[in-house]
Amino acid sequence: MTETLPMAGAAANVNLAGLTKNDYRGAPTTLCQGCGHNSISNQIVSALYEMNIVPEDIVKFSGIGCSSKSPTYFLNRSFGFNSLHGRMPSIATGALFADHHLKGIGVSGDGDSASIGMGQFKHIMRRNVNMLYIVENNGVYGLTKGQFSATAEKGLQLKKQGENLYLPVDICMEALASNATFIARSFAGNPKQVKELLKAALAHDGIAVLDIISPCVTFNNQDNAYHSYAWGKDHEEPLHEISYIAPRNEIMLERELEEGGTCEVAMHDGSIIILKNLEKGYDPSSRIEAMRVMEEAQQNNWLVTGLLYLDTRKPTLTEMFDLVDTPLNRLTEVDLRPERAMIDKVNALMF
Amino acid sequence: MNKIINDFSITVGTVNGSGSSTANNTILRAIFKMGIPVSGKNLFPSNIQGLPTWYTIRANKDGFIAHHERRDIVIAMNPASFARDLASVAPGGAFYYADDIKQSITRTDIAVYPMPVKAILRNDPNIPSNFRDLVGNMVYVGVLAQMINLDMEKILAALTFHFKGKQKPIEMNFNALKAGAEWTKANLEKKDPFYVEPMNKTDGLIMADGNTAAALGSIFGGVQFAAWYPITPATSIAESLNEYLPQLRKRADGKKTYAVVQAEDELAALGMCIGAGWAGLRSMTNTSGPGLSLMTEFAGLAYYAEVPVVIWDVQRIGPSTGLPTRTSQGDLTFSYFIGHGDSQSIILLPGDVYECFEFGWRSFDIAERMQTPIFVLIDLDMGTNQWISKPFEYPEEPMDRGKVLTEKDIQDLSGNWGRYLNKDGDGIGYRTFPGNKHPASAYLTRGTGHDEYAKYSEESVVYEANMNRLKQKQETAKQYIPAPVLHTMKGATAGIIAYGSTEAAVNEARHQLNTEHGIKTDFLRIRALPFTREVDAFLAKHDQIFIVEMNRDGQMDQILKTEYAEFAPKFKSVAFGDGMPASAEWIRKGILAKYKKPRAAGVSKKAVTKAAPANKPTAKKTSTKKVTTSPVKGKKAVAGKTVKKANRK
Repeated sequence: MTETLPMAGAAANVNLAGLTKNDYRGAPTTLCQGCGHNSISNQIVSALYEMNIVPEDIVKFSGIGCSSKSPTYFLNRSFGFNSLHGRMPSIATGALFADHHLKGIGVSGDGDSASIGMGQFKHIMRRNVNMLYIVENNGVYGLTKGQFSATAEKGLQLKKQGENLYLPVDICMEALASNATFIARSFAGNPKQVKELLKAALAHDGIAVLDIISPCVTFNNQDNAYHSYAWGKDHEEPLHEISYIAPRNEIMLERELEEGGTCEVAMHDGSIIILKNLEKGYDPSSRIEAMRVMEEAQQNNWLVTGLLYLDTRKPTLTEMFDLVDTPLNRLTEVDLRPERAMIDKVNALMF
Repeated sequence: MNKIINDFSITVGTVNGSGSSTANNTILRAIFKMGIPVSGKNLFPSNIQGLPTWYTIRANKDGFIAHHERRDIVIAMNPASFARDLASVAPGGAFYYADDIKQSITRTDIAVYPMPVKAILRNDPNIPSNFRDLVGNMVYVGVLAQMINLDMEKILAALTFHFKGKQKPIEMNFNALKAGAEWTKANLEKKDPFYVEPMNKTDGLIMADGNTAAALGSIFGGVQFAAWYPITPATSIAESLNEYLPQLRKRADGKKTYAVVQAEDELAALGMCIGAGWAGLRSMTNTSGPGLSLMTEFAGLAYYAEVPVVIWDVQRIGPSTGLPTRTSQGDLTFSYFIGHGDSQSIILLPGDVYECFEFGWRSFDIAERMQTPIFVLIDLDMGTNQWISKPFEYPEEPMDRGKVLTEKDIQDLSGNWGRYLNKDGDGIGYRTFPGNKHPASAYLTRGTGHDEYAKYSEESVVYEANMNRLKQKQETAKQYIPAPVLHTMKGATAGIIAYGSTEAAVNEARHQLNTEHGIKTDFLRIRALPFTREVDAFLAKHDQIFIVEMNRDGQMDQILKTEYAEFAPKFKSVAFGDGMPASAEWIRKGILAKYKKPRAAGVSKKAVTKAAPANKPTAKKTSTKKVTTSPVKGKKAVAGKTVKKANRK
């Protein structure tokens, strides 16, 4: 897979919206080579292209962090707001009132959503804003060069930081607790599943959380326990300078994961994570089931992937506000300023 | 005993949560409806139930209705504050108290009236026992009404308004009130000089609080989105939006053209507003100091990313939580320089309830024109107390939606445009909104460094040029923001600068300084920041300038000194912050303490005896008109070239 998203000389195939894949692309990525985030950006492009969604019908949002830079790297033709650290949800909530026909795509990270933005994260869930909310989750702060995030596993060792003392926050568990209506987890190295879940999430009316484990090639690269297979000390790169980012290959699954199956994936640092696919026949409409499989996965050190929870009956935020069909941002003075006679009524309402 | 008519204050001391606000508002409104200039101030604790609370009313035939420190009539209903209330009555004043409070009364220099409130309620067959507690406070209204000659019809009108015409509560309250009045007629002998008599000085005026006016003005400004978080004393702006939007923006199909969202905190509140403002909605939030602290981060984003949004700050006093129910003008420097890095804000400073309404709609025009956050600073006193006002006026200017490119505009430009290009040379770029379907309409907004095309940039030259353009916008803003209001006095060489809710107190102090001390002053009430050229002229013209404000550090004085260093030696800060509304007394004292007699004593006898124009609420029109006839005129010839849109009346 290429690191630079726009592909020169791509075939001019058009989708049902009459657009080529290039119409969905963004600027060249400036993230590290091998970063899982780039793979996710590519899948966003593919999913939208394949779903024939017009870029002008999407608004992109992000906070601050490596993940939050990525909206630059897809959908050049969509409006976007790269906002403040942990504050993407409130910006998106307000912006999507302006035209309730638009769909939001938010890209956040584990620092952005699970630490500084935990409050806003949970409130956008309960408000059911019509938006795909992607958390590119790598357990580490990349832009500030490698500190623990709230999703980092207890006991993880990081260069300069030492050992992580605290139990992690589970994005999907938090989303479920906050009454999100679509909750899924995937792994950046499983592009097929990422794309399918992206499509499902985009098709969902309301908030759709997609927690995508997206390994940091640069900073979360110490051998450790949660990633259960330790690389031999001899194979470590002790000389690995923080300012020098070694080019690496993106981690991809070697085989497809069957339903209910597990799969070990070697990370850049040589550690292993175990992915577990949801069982066939799993009922994503049950909160109790969702809670159970997440709890079970936690006990077993699995990262359970797939669609964990779905509720299609809840109205979206703008539906709850019963807005006029015309987007609010196309209303004019005639619609917005009460007529002249109303001023007398108002003065009469005062004493 | 000589009667004192329409010139006294009433203070009622009660237990908070005892429902005295209905009673106190009834007194206030009845006096207002009798045509007498009057003001009411609620001096309440940050508490739900059980602590001492006071309500002060000042009636004044000459229109001097600023907060008054002298207590002529005191009504004591609270044992906990009884001794203090008794001690506070001015000599020659009147003291009413509920006679179940068994505390000794030592004063002989005042008229003392015990009121058997409980007995009156018990003995009245028209008041069911389960209503006694609810309507108990109306008894003192009845006693007072009988003693000072309050018009019963006006009282009934006040109650009818208060209970929105609901017969049962109106009747119950009025019965209790009448019981108090009848008992008084039969049992109390008048021993104090205070009376009301009908006048016609409030004809055609309304009574409202600033928060309600702000919400109503915003509705006439076409507010589309509001997000807020509950905070004293700003909450009632959002609550008024919720109350009046459905009535004033009703559509045949029942659909909404607006949304009001209660956010999880002030960060999210402003975040939502910025999202909405960015996407093309007229959006606003309302908060007070602690909330503004939380909004700081987002305010910086809105400044740098150039997003229109209106932020009402109903100021309360103190750093941190401070005194949540006390008033102040303490957020001026904070909001002016809000945010890290270099930033400077546009601030509107309504001086009364009428301007709360006007700036309510005007603030959206300025925000969208300037593409920046607009801070509208009022205070607890203006926001939550009832003020006499001329009626609100319908906006006579069409909405200014600023520089916005539609699909067609982008088409005409063949897609060649840059969000932050200084195309018109005024520092303001053109923007597009999400939902614009032209493929070249979109851009990515960011709080990081960006170039004229909104692309990420860390180039020094690009950064600096962008920041200089933002600074230029601050200059451009001067033609869109409200100009100051100038009150002049013939022969004045001293000037007073003040802003916000202190106008009434300043004008009363000016009257006192003139009549009692022979000091003539001009008064410039600043209505917006950055300073406009009218301020330049005022500073140049006066040899000493008193800057009056309700905060400890003299924040307007600080800003003036920074921006007008050449005039700094003339500035004399009269700053005072104890949480109470401004009174003429402290302003007068503050000015006298720093006043320096002009060397060439050019104050003629004739000029001294000529009284200053009385500061009636109705005098507003005249004073505003004075702006054009003021000595600022000299500079006006230059100013005339720039159309001061917001100044036009």
